[in-house]
Amino acid sequence: MEIDPFVFRLSIFILSIFVGYYVVWSVTPSLHTPLMSVTNAISSVIIVGAIIAALAGNDNNIFNESSVFGFLAIILAAVNIFGGFLVTQRMLAMYKKKKK
Amino acid sequence: MISTNLLALFYLISGVLFILALRGLSSPETSRQGNFFGILGMLIAVVVTFLSIGNFSTSFVYVIVFLLIGGSIGAMIAFKIPMTAMPELVAGFHSLVGLAAVFVAISAFLNPEAFNLGKSGNIKLASLIEMSIGAAVGAITFSGSIIAFLKLRGVMSGAPITFPGQHILNLIILISIIGLTYFLCTTQSSNLFWTLILISFLVGVLLIIPIGGADMPVVISMLNSYSGWAAAGIGFTLENTALIITGALVGSSGAILSYIMCKGMNRSFFSVILGGFGGTDQVSKSNNKEQKPVKSGNSDDAAFLMKNASSVIIVPGYGMAVAQAQHALREMVDTLKKNGIKVSYAIHPVAGRMPGHMNVLLAEANVPYDEVYELEEINNDFANCDVAYVIGANDVTNPVAKTDPQSPIYGMPILDVEKAKSVLFVKRSLSPGYAGVDNDLFYRENTLMLFADAKKMTEDIIKSF
Repeated sequence: MEIDPFVFRLSIFILSIFVGYYVVWSVTPSLHTPLMSVTNAISSVIIVGAIIAALAGNDNNIFNESSVFGFLAIILAAVNIFGGFLVTQRMLAMYKKKKK
Repeated sequence: MISTNLLALFYLISGVLFILALRGLSSPETSRQGNFFGILGMLIAVVVTFLSIGNFSTSFVYVIVFLLIGGSIGAMIAFKIPMTAMPELVAGFHSLVGLAAVFVAISAFLNPEAFNLGKSGNIKLASLIEMSIGAAVGAITFSGSIIAFLKLRGVMSGAPITFPGQHILNLIILISIIGLTYFLCTTQSSNLFWTLILISFLVGVLLIIPIGGADMPVVISMLNSYSGWAAAGIGFTLENTALIITGALVGSSGAILSYIMCKGMNRSFFSVILGGFGGTDQVSKSNNKEQKPVKSGNSDDAAFLMKNASSVIIVPGYGMAVAQAQHALREMVDTLKKNGIKVSYAIHPVAGRMPGHMNVLLAEANVPYDEVYELEEINNDFANCDVAYVIGANDVTNPVAKTDPQSPIYGMPILDVEKAKSVLFVKRSLSPGYAGVDNDLFYRENTLMLFADAKKMTEDIIKSF
């Protein structure tokens, strides 16, 4: 019998939690705010779902009942992606070492 | 059009790049490169999604237009936002992720064919459960973050809002969510789906209103975690590896941050979530205490003490952010350094309104990050330092946490400020801090209170130097 693809996804999920656990513990506390803004930006990869939803309409009816929600989600996720990465970039640019 | 397998591999690459983005944050030197990996991962994910659908008709143009609209709003916010407003910005961004998750779930529910999830009214059971979880967690993240945003922004009072039966009500609602999900799966009724989302919005509000202002670091981290779990829920629905990996990363990241913040206050996660801490009744109790003698001074006294010091430790807190005193503070430190005085900064894990809040503000004021130390790194140095300059911090310096088992903050790790030869404590009045506890440090022999606005006092000290 073949393994249900769900089990594969679950394995990826569980292993990623562990990867996240170890990676985040090694983040230096002084960068915890950029950590939050960058995790914010990457969790907006949910935009791929929004794109699929938005493109599911046909040309006669681009904004149908379900694709409208896709388009709205695209706006929200895009605000987050651009805002999140740029504000992280802005913060990280401020962290400087002592001039020797 | 690219094949499903190739698509999955590209999503995997995005996921790995996101891991590298977080890995980069282990030190400031590698962090900028890490952020670049994150952007690359996002770009790959979006481009391959377009290629996989291959629908480059009029809808595609609209997708690009909407993406650019959102993107320019985001970019504008990112460039305009002052660093002191970072906590509310992050809370606001969390709410957007939550709402986006809700919208994607709604779209998938209305048009399951587009996602290969079965037919409307006959959605695969597993997909329906995943969708409900994604939508519910997303909705809780959305409304919870809105409340956190309003509290941080000061639109809503930071004081906890409690009412009798609150916890029972929350429990009933949570149980009803589980029940609703069950009936949704058996009946596939869209009314139940909408009810589920509405109730989840309500849970988000009820969950955050009883939590007070200074517990916000925990709340923000927790909502960060929720936004990750919501994304993972949607990732399972859409069978998308990039989303599952990212959701898991963000979920565990937020959970770890909440844990670190709770430990910084020596409180259990559960007690923070139940809320009500820092209510007004505790404050009124401490006001009845007898008046103890306090030494207070002005900027000249402070400048005199610092001039004669050889080492100074600065202890910033939320008050520094409120007074926007970080730039004045750095100027004062420059003056001290010119006089050959050694200066370092000590940061408590829960100083400010979000994890790492003080570090960002100091970085903004051009303070080199290698002069800024965490609690464990610097706590032993207070005994050897001449002056501790407490600016905007309070509870995190209270020696009562070490000595009085009756105190609500007993056991909380604190900065050993009282061990310094002299303590300069900038504060507007003798009012107790967030925990409603009188700070023992005010009445110590070696403490000199400087009653003034943090920024004004710091500027005056520069002038008196």
